[in-house]
Amino acid sequence: MIIGNAKPLEQIIEMLDPFDRIILAGCNGCVTVCRAGGQKEVEILASTLKLAREAASKPIEIRPETLERQCDPEYLEQMRPYIDGYQAVLSIACGAGVQFLAETFKKTPMLPGINTNFIGVTERQGEWSERCQACGECVLHLTGGICPVTRCSKSIFHGPCGGSVSGHCEIDRSVPCGWQLIIDRLNALDRLDMYEKLRPMKRWRQSRDGGPRRIVREDLTQ
Amino acid sequence: MLVPCTGRVEEIMVLRAFENGADGVMVVGCLEGDCHFQVGNLRARKRVERVDKLLGAAGIGIGRVRMVNLSAGEGAKFVVHATQMVEHIEKMGPSPINQVRQGWEEKIDRIDPEQRVGEQA
Amino acid sequence: MKAGSNLEKILTAGHFAVTAECGPPRGADPEEFQKKVVHVKGNVDACNVTDNQTSVVRMSSLAGCLLLKQAGVEPLMQMVVRDRNRIALQSDLLGASALGIRNLLCLSGDHQIFGDDPEAKNVYDIDSIQLVDLVRRMRDEGRFPSGKELAGKPAVLIGCAVNPFADPYEIRVPRLALKVQAGADFVQTQCIFNLKKFEQYMQDVRNRGLHEKVAVLAGVTPLKSAGMAKFMKKNVAGMDIPDEVIKRISAADKKDQPQVGIQMCIETIERLRGIEGVRGVHLMAIEWEQKVPEIVKSAGLVPRPEL
Repeated sequence: MIIGNAKPLEQIIEMLDPFDRIILAGCNGCVTVCRAGGQKEVEILASTLKLAREAASKPIEIRPETLERQCDPEYLEQMRPYIDGYQAVLSIACGAGVQFLAETFKKTPMLPGINTNFIGVTERQGEWSERCQACGECVLHLTGGICPVTRCSKSIFHGPCGGSVSGHCEIDRSVPCGWQLIIDRLNALDRLDMYEKLRPMKRWRQSRDGGPRRIVREDLTQ
Repeated sequence: MLVPCTGRVEEIMVLRAFENGADGVMVVGCLEGDCHFQVGNLRARKRVERVDKLLGAAGIGIGRVRMVNLSAGEGAKFVVHATQMVEHIEKMGPSPINQVRQGWEEKIDRIDPEQRVGEQA
Repeated sequence: MKAGSNLEKILTAGHFAVTAECGPPRGADPEEFQKKVVHVKGNVDACNVTDNQTSVVRMSSLAGCLLLKQAGVEPLMQMVVRDRNRIALQSDLLGASALGIRNLLCLSGDHQIFGDDPEAKNVYDIDSIQLVDLVRRMRDEGRFPSGKELAGKPAVLIGCAVNPFADPYEIRVPRLALKVQAGADFVQTQCIFNLKKFEQYMQDVRNRGLHEKVAVLAGVTPLKSAGMAKFMKKNVAGMDIPDEVIKRISAADKKDQPQVGIQMCIETIERLRGIEGVRGVHLMAIEWEQKVPEIVKSAGLVPRPEL
């Protein structure tokens, strides 16, 4: 899922300075699971902002709304009947959601309340870590199911580098060495023979490096 | 406000208390290690710490919400904690929310009754 | 001859090669660097110029190599893949070759988090092994990766770095095999303090016949002090300094420690010369280049053959 986390409150308060009547929009999707932008977070943030603004003698009216998702037009349309009654929307969905709101409601300022971090998994409650860089050309079948692009800090394809120590990356003890993980997996699968193959240079054009991407499914479009 | 375990206490409850005019909030939980539900009181402590930070960032003040741990039989200790909390909050003064609202009320009181349009929030 | 470099000639003739390293300056003033070069001249077959080592910005390796050449020392350019994409790497390679640089070391590079610019974008377009492969194909086939013909082939001897002391050990020799497969002509190792482990590594290298396909230049570094030894042991990833080494240098008085460090370095070189498959030594006297002449002389490695 997409993982995000709350922006510092001071930053949000500064963004909201010109407004006194806003919608605070959450999302039932990824950000609910990673506890950054779901209904609970909407309530907490709305309450905190109201307290902050009242204490500064600049009260703010906040309408809390938690949409099913902010990345599909049908759900955003649900806001159309009432959105013009508000000066701005503070969205605590991921960056895709905030942008989609901006594209859909062109006259209403859209503000991001969280920072979108990465595509990742829940390692345990309260802890999420990165797994996928959306590089557009998945090679997981060659590396025992561990991604060298994402989990190696240098995206090496023939690792590990000389900085791998006791299974962790030179940059920090808390970061596992991606290539140690790959080698362990290949060993477990009895496929260490897959290691010693020269891999061609990566085609970064398939990833964001080639420009903003688009997928069209002709069988699905109308 | 009574709950079966402080693990049930959520940040939003504390925030609402301040919205409704509280100057301080004390969360009282069982002794650490004695939680009937294992870790409820530990979760509560983390949440209280989180709300304290939010309240600080919001300009309401750090230290207006506090958690203490007691056993059910420590009535005298409860009194001590409660008294200390009250003294602490009195020293901090009313929550800025209440100060602002007080200011409004004073403003309203000074307006000629003929000219009052409606009650402030 | 693949490149015609002095280092290549020395290795081909079967001599025990000597290389050293000079770190470029942290500014545009070449003076300090030129002073270092003086110590190295006449004592090496080629001298490395590092490439923004530990991600700390220094004068470029290419520029440093030119300064070496001007001073009459054969340069060995280092290229990390951390900062440049394949376009820039190819371009710099062509430029280096045009300017007469005939030796190249291909490296991953320390992560940018270690330097002064940790916010910089992480390039790593291709890895060091893919770079070796790329350079070899340009040199031997005269074509760009796209297939288009080069207007002049780069002529460089291609090298890699290896670290026999990094984890996991089981993959170090297979990784060397990959480097050989990609086309490495020589490798320089991380500095060696744990000779037992290095001897084991070379045994594993020989078992696969790799010592006949690539020239292994064993890395050494003279310790200046017990403090330096302890610091390196604790803080440098992939560094293996056995306790006996620490004990030996710590046992000396502070003022004697540099000399003990140099003595240990010389002894290490002598031991390395006796290991089958080790074709030379790479002397990394970082910020202590003035000791290079003494070490090389005491190890019986001067005068360098002139071919």
